[in-house]
Amino acid sequence: MIREYKTIEEVSGPLMLVKQVEGVKYDELGEIELPNGEIRRCRVLEVNGRNVLVQLFESSAGINLANSKVRFTGHGVQLPVSSNMLGRVFNGMGEPIDGGARIIPEKSLDINGTPINPAARYYPSEFIQTGISTIDGLNTLVRGQKLPIFSGAGLPHANLAAQIARQAKVRNSDSKFAVVFAAVGITFEEADFFISDFKKTGAIDRTVLFINLASDPAIERISTPRMALTAAEYLAFECDMHVLVIMTDITNYAEALREVSAARKEVPGRRGYPGYLYTDLATMYERAGRKMGSEGSITMIPILTMPEDDKTHPIPDLTGYITEGQIILSREMYRKGYMPPVDVLPSLSRLKDKGIGDGKTREDHANTMNQLFASYARGKEAKELMVVLGDSALTPVDRLYAEFADAFEEKYINQGFYENRSIEETLDIGWQLLSILPRSEMKRIKPELLQKYWPKN
Amino acid sequence: MIEGKILKVSGPLVVAEGMREANMFDVVRVGEKRLIGEIIEMHGDRASIQVYEETAGIGRGDRVVSSEFPLSVELGPGLIGNIYDGIQRPLEAMVKKVGANITKGIDEPSLDREKVWHFEAALAFGDTVVGGDVLGTVKETDIISHKIMVAPNKKGTIVELRSGDYRVTDRIGKIKLPDGTMEEITLMQKWPVRVARPYSQKLPPVEPMITGQRPIDALFPIAKGGTACVPGPFGSGKTVVQHQLAKWSDVDLVVYIGCGERGNEMTDVLREFPELTDPKTGKTLMERTVLIANTSDMPVAAREASIYTGITIAEYYRDMGYSVAVIADSTSRWAEALREMSGRLEEMPGEEGYPAYLTSRLAQFYERAGKVICLGSDGREGALSAIGAVSPQGGDISEPVTQATLRIVKVFWGLDASLAYRRHFPAINWLNSYSLYRDRLDGWFSEHISKDWSDVVGRCLKTLQLEAELDEIVKLVGVDALSADDRLTLEVARSIREDFLQQNAFDSVDSYTTLKKQYEMMNLIHYFEDKARAAVKEGVNIQLIADLPVRERIGRAKAAEENRYREEYADIKREIDSELKRLIDEKTDD
Repeated sequence: MIREYKTIEEVSGPLMLVKQVEGVKYDELGEIELPNGEIRRCRVLEVNGRNVLVQLFESSAGINLANSKVRFTGHGVQLPVSSNMLGRVFNGMGEPIDGGARIIPEKSLDINGTPINPAARYYPSEFIQTGISTIDGLNTLVRGQKLPIFSGAGLPHANLAAQIARQAKVRNSDSKFAVVFAAVGITFEEADFFISDFKKTGAIDRTVLFINLASDPAIERISTPRMALTAAEYLAFECDMHVLVIMTDITNYAEALREVSAARKEVPGRRGYPGYLYTDLATMYERAGRKMGSEGSITMIPILTMPEDDKTHPIPDLTGYITEGQIILSREMYRKGYMPPVDVLPSLSRLKDKGIGDGKTREDHANTMNQLFASYARGKEAKELMVVLGDSALTPVDRLYAEFADAFEEKYINQGFYENRSIEETLDIGWQLLSILPRSEMKRIKPELLQKYWPKN
Repeated sequence: MIEGKILKVSGPLVVAEGMREANMFDVVRVGEKRLIGEIIEMHGDRASIQVYEETAGIGRGDRVVSSEFPLSVELGPGLIGNIYDGIQRPLEAMVKKVGANITKGIDEPSLDREKVWHFEAALAFGDTVVGGDVLGTVKETDIISHKIMVAPNKKGTIVELRSGDYRVTDRIGKIKLPDGTMEEITLMQKWPVRVARPYSQKLPPVEPMITGQRPIDALFPIAKGGTACVPGPFGSGKTVVQHQLAKWSDVDLVVYIGCGERGNEMTDVLREFPELTDPKTGKTLMERTVLIANTSDMPVAAREASIYTGITIAEYYRDMGYSVAVIADSTSRWAEALREMSGRLEEMPGEEGYPAYLTSRLAQFYERAGKVICLGSDGREGALSAIGAVSPQGGDISEPVTQATLRIVKVFWGLDASLAYRRHFPAINWLNSYSLYRDRLDGWFSEHISKDWSDVVGRCLKTLQLEAELDEIVKLVGVDALSADDRLTLEVARSIREDFLQQNAFDSVDSYTTLKKQYEMMNLIHYFEDKARAAVKEGVNIQLIADLPVRERIGRAKAAEENRYREEYADIKREIDSELKRLIDEKTDD
C-alpha cells in the first residue's frame, strides 16, 4: 500500500524535508502532488529516523507545505526502455516531447545502473574511423572508449561532435549502429544544430535524444545523462547495437550537482564542488565499454566547456582522470582559422595502442604518430624561440622543424568540418609532412618502415 | 548475536541503534540483502557503519547484524592469478554467478572452496613450532611455492600433520597449544586488514628492486623493501609506469591495486598479463600477480578498504620469505574515499576537506613496507616494496595528498605533463625527482654492475642539470651565443634525454633494459662526449659534430637486442672514432 504524507516541513532550494514517514528507503523515487493536481518528482537523499530529505527534480515553485502531498513509489528512478526509442525525443526526465505516443516499455531500468565487473569487460580495441586526421592519426578512437572533448566558451565543439557522429564507422563491419544524444542545459540553438545535422544526414532515425535545455530546471540535469546512458545500455547490451553517446555539456551537470551539495551544506572540495564529484562523474563515464555476453558497445563522447579555458579546473581535471584520454580544443588554433581547432599536443587517446597497427590501421601508424608528435612539439618550441630571437638564432635543423610545424597545422590539422579522410590518406599526409625534415631525424621510425614509406621525391 | 536497527542512511554511511555490544571495526551485514559494512564510529548504542555496497533501497528499521569479526582477508593458496574487489570478493567467480554487472549482496568466498591442493608437510609429529614456522608447502603456481605457516600469534607442539590433497578448509593437522588446547590447522588463515602482520625485525634496504626502466634504475632507483610515489597530472603516463613496474620488477610477487581507477585499465592487466612472460622465470606474469580492482564506479567505501586488503595479502607472501611489490593506483582516490566518509561523519575537515588524520593513515600504509626478518625459527628474509601513484588535482603537487605522501616515501618519480606532450616517456622529470636510496645502493651496483656505476650516473645527472642552466641562457640570447663546449653539452644532454631516458613501453626490445646494457648505453654517450670534446679542442666546428651520421646510430642503440648489443656498441664506438678523426683531419688540411 502506498501512503501519502502531508508532512512537508521545509522546502529550501532543491531540497525538501518530509517528516513522520514510515518505511521509506534511501534513493527511492517520490512523487509530490501539488494542490492543483500537478505531479512533480523527487528522490530520497537521506533517511534520518522518521524524517527524509529529498531532492526535487523540478522547480519548487508552487509547492505548498499545507496542501501538497508526497508519496513514495517503492523503487528508484526508472526509465522505461524499448527499441522503439530510436528516432524519438525525450525531455531530461525521459518523457517523450516530440508529440508522439508514450513508449510501450519492454522493461523499466534503474537509471543509476550497476558497475560493470572489470573481470567481465572486453578491452576496447576496434578502430573507429572518424575521418578526422587529428583523431584517427594521433588520438585514435576505439569502440567502447570514453573520449571527452574539452572545449571553451565559443569554440566549435558542436561541429566537431557532429562531424564525428556523421563520419564515424568501423571498417569491414556492418553491425547495427545508434546514437544517443543527451543535451544537458545547453541552449535551444545548440540543440537545434545537432538535431538538424542528424536530420540532414538521416541519422535521426537511429538516434535517441534526451533534451534538457538551459531554460529547463537545473536540477533535472542530474538525471538527464543517466537517462541517456540507461537507454544506451539497453540498446548496446540487450539489443547488441554499437552506440555512440554524445553528452553536452558536462559543466552544466557538475554545476547542478554543486547546487544540491551547497543546499545540503556539505563540506566542499575544490571550487565549491562536492568532494564526491570524481566518484559521481565516474559512475557515468564508466558505463561506457564492452562486456561479456553482449555484442554491443557504448562509445562515449562527453563534451565540456572549461571555465576560462583552464584545464586544471575541477571538472576537466577530474574528467581527465576518469576518461581514456581527451581531445582539447584550442582558442589559438581557432583564431588562426584552423578547423577543427584541435590542440594536438595535450590531446591524448589512452586506448590507441591496441587499436592501431597492422591489420587494424596500417603497420606504420604507431611509429609515424610518435614521430609527428615529437616533431610538432620541437617545431613549436623552435617557433617560440624564433619569436624571441629571430630565425637567425635557430640551428638549420630547428628552422626546418619550425617550417614543419606550420605545414602540419595548415595541412594536417586544418581539414575543415566536412572533409572525410580515410586512415590511409591521413597517414600519407603525415609522411609528406615528415619529409620536410631530414631523414636522419626520424629516430622514432623503424628503418624498415622508413625504407618502405619515406616519400621518394 | 548482536543485532540493531537502522536509524539513518546517507549514501554509504548508515547509522544503526541497539549496537552497544558491537566492537569497533567489526563487520556487519546491513538490510535484507545482507550488504557488507564495517563499524567506524560508536556513540552510545549507535554505530556508524560504512557500507561497502550501494545502499539504495535501505531504510529506517532495516536489520543490522554484527559478525563480531573485524574486516579480514582469507590467506591461503589460490590468491595468485585472482582478481578481487576492495573487500576481497573474487570478481571472476562473481561474473559466473551473477553476470557482467556487480549486483548487491553477493556472498562468495575469497578462496575457492572446492579446489584441491597438494600439501607437502615439512615438519612432523612432536616438532615444536612458533608463529611463522613453515609447516609445509603447496605448489600454488609454477613459480610460487606457497608456504603454510603457523599463525603469527600461536605456538605449541605438532600432534598431527599429514601430506596429502586438501581443500583450503580441510584440516591438515593439529597443534597442541601451551595451555593444552588443540588448534586445528587448515591451508587457509584469516587476518584483519587494518592490522599489520608482525615480523621479527626490520632491516635497512640495501638491494635495488630492478625494474628494467632506465630512468628509474639508473637515476632514481628504489630498493627492495622501499617506498616510492609517482605523482603526475592526467595524461602524463602514471598508469603505464605502474604497469611497467608490475611487469618487469624483479620481485617474486606483485599485488596490483586498482583503487578508484578506470575499469578498462584493470581489464587490460587481466587480459595482458597471462600472455606476457616474466623474463626471470619464463612463466606468465599472471603466475606472480594478485589483482585488487575497485574501479571508480564501484562503491566508494570498498575503495578505502582496497588498499589494506592489498597490502595484507602482500605481507602474507612477504612472511613466506618472498620479495613482494605492492603497486597502488591511485592513493589519491583512496584519500578521496576517506574524505567522503569523513564528510558524511560530519568531522571537522583539515586541508581541502580532507580529514585531519590523512597523513597518519598514509604513513601507516607506507610503513607496512620494508625488508624484514620474518617470524619463525629459520630467520628467512622477506621484502615488501610499496609504490603508490598520486593524482594531484590539476597536476599541482602542493595539494595535501602529494605533500603528505612526500613526507613518508623515499623515492619521488615526478611525472611532467610538458614532457608527455613532447612524447618523452616515461615522463619522469629528471630535475625534480629524487631517490634517497641512491647512496645506500651504490655498494650493490659497484659490486654487481661496475665499480664506477655511481660516477657514470652522476655524470648524466650533472649534464642534465647543466643543460637546464644553459637553456635559460639560450632562451635569452640564442644558441649562437654559446661557446662550442657549451653547445656540445647541450647536444650530449639531448642524447641522454632522447637516446637513454626515453623508453618505449610498447616496443618489445625497449620495454625492458638490463642493468649491464643501461650501463653500456650511458658509457656510449659519454664515449661520444669525450671524443667530441677533444675534437672541439682541435677546433672542429660544433655543427659538423652535431650532424655526424653516427649520432643516428647512437639514437638507435636502445633497439639493439640483449645478445648483440656489445658488438653493436663496440662498432658504434669505432665509427665515432673514424668520423671524428675525419673531421679533425679535414680541419688540419685547410
